[in-house]
Amino acid sequence: MAFLSLHLNPSLSSSPLRIRCAPRRSLVIKLPSQVFSSATASGNDVMLNGTPPPPSHYADGNSAVLPPGLLRELMPRHVAIIMDGNRRWARMRGLPVGLGYEAGVRALRRTVELCCKWDVRVLTVFAFSSDNWFRPKVETDFLMGLLERGLRNELQRFVREDVRISLIGDSSKLLKPLQVLLADAMEITKNNSRLHLIIAVNYSGQSDMVQACQKLALKVKDGLIEPEDINEFSVERELETNCTDFPYPDLLIRTSGELRISNFLLWQLAYTELYFADSLWPDFGEDEFLEALCSFQKRQRRYGGRNS
Amino acid sequence: MEILRATQLFEGLGSFLRRCLFSVLSVGPFPRHIAFIMDGNRRFAKNQNLEQGSGHKAGYSALMNMLKYCYELEVKYITIYAFSIENFKRRPEEVESTMKLMLEKIEALVEEKSIVNRYGVRVYFIGNLSLLSEPVKLAAKRAMDATSGNSKAVLLICIAYTSTDEIMHAVEETCKEKKDGLRVDRTDENESNIGVMDIEKHMYMAVAPDPDIIIRTSGETRLSNFLLWQSASTLLYSPGVLWPEIGFRHLVKAIMEYQRNFAYLEKKQKLC
Repeated sequence: MAFLSLHLNPSLSSSPLRIRCAPRRSLVIKLPSQVFSSATASGNDVMLNGTPPPPSHYADGNSAVLPPGLLRELMPRHVAIIMDGNRRWARMRGLPVGLGYEAGVRALRRTVELCCKWDVRVLTVFAFSSDNWFRPKVETDFLMGLLERGLRNELQRFVREDVRISLIGDSSKLLKPLQVLLADAMEITKNNSRLHLIIAVNYSGQSDMVQACQKLALKVKDGLIEPEDINEFSVERELETNCTDFPYPDLLIRTSGELRISNFLLWQLAYTELYFADSLWPDFGEDEFLEALCSFQKRQRRYGGRNS
Repeated sequence: MEILRATQLFEGLGSFLRRCLFSVLSVGPFPRHIAFIMDGNRRFAKNQNLEQGSGHKAGYSALMNMLKYCYELEVKYITIYAFSIENFKRRPEEVESTMKLMLEKIEALVEEKSIVNRYGVRVYFIGNLSLLSEPVKLAAKRAMDATSGNSKAVLLICIAYTSTDEIMHAVEETCKEKKDGLRVDRTDENESNIGVMDIEKHMYMAVAPDPDIIIRTSGETRLSNFLLWQSASTLLYSPGVLWPEIGFRHLVKAIMEYQRNFAYLEKKQKLC
């Protein structure tokens, strides 16, 4: 059941850009994800020279130990993820769609643990788009149930691991018990500071900007500001991502090979490096995340200016 | 004379072959609106050891070719990211030489034999035009007026543009518009009468539908503050080729990628 993944340096020339990472020198033997009870049990990775990774592979207090190939000073502060491909993953295996979503939750858990381990400060995940309500009710009910169960199961762990939870999106359409649970989770974890996990539920980038506009319009109506006073900073302050000091993702990862933003964070993605991974979300693990981070670190971010 | 005839013959043959390919491609779904982020001009100049500014000139030729191919393929709307507000932060000499090139090319647009007249293209300049110098601003206005009667296709040139500036401007206009009409029901902000359409109609880009494909050359995969609002469902295609080297085959590949993804997108949209 084990499989080898030998990372090669793909051609840069004509194919749509995906990976531009230098080849990883290690030969990684990857076991199926069920073997991992937590992402910190990655001691199953075996380096090329046959020796196991050093014990400091595990996060230890405040010092994040990064895998070879990643530079600390180039780590993204804020990573955003569109977790696409759960249904396709299930269909490909002849499984019901629900199992695809459950596998997706396991992938999310792995990713949260990796972010804690590698000192990513903010992780925003697109759990449910406001466009998704038109899916079959059975499916949306299942998803909401999964979110509720997942949150209940993980809350103590988030408290222990110093993870802060925030929600962005219109929560008024969610069932009352879930709304209460989310509010409690946000309250209980509000002072945590190791990782800020922002879950986008019933969210859309355009709706976010519309609600920011509504807030500004009310301020104008109340005479607090004039329309001419509105600048980019005023809009940014009213967006739902104002719950974090780092509202602009450095890196956006979308799985399953789809090359679009699908109405996720739009304003906030102005200068974000976009990384489109071919793997389906349930298959997104440490190797795939490492590849994305490696690609990110190779990029030259100019913000409209010029490299010196 | 013979060389001229041979060149014309080759051009004609090329055009014929492209039209044949178009009839094959148009069996499938076809993009209505393609946007280009023309990245890689300076890198091209550096690679070729050319002097400063030559990269942009080479980029301009590549642009004229791409416009020709797109209009032959009957893509109705083309948007190009010519100059970002952030680009004003570059070295003054570079900004000045880019503005000079733009003024020259904007004036060339309204000449009779220009590509816009040949293909009946209406030109819009999209952005915060008040940031431009007077000559460029006037030339842009003249070009928009001169082409306002064209209707076969549309060229949107984003100059002194960033998407966040465009959105902020639309928000400001919406607030001005709603200043007197807004209901004061603050207990439920969903009752507020501002919606997506209210903001969208104030966007500079409201003159065109959302882009179907955004092509960014030179392998960089980011939007760089371009069409953020409009790109919610757009296919993002980023070939490694530098902009001055882009050719017909890259356009075909982008369209084929669009067609390949279209079935999946349509299925998803049906669920919406």
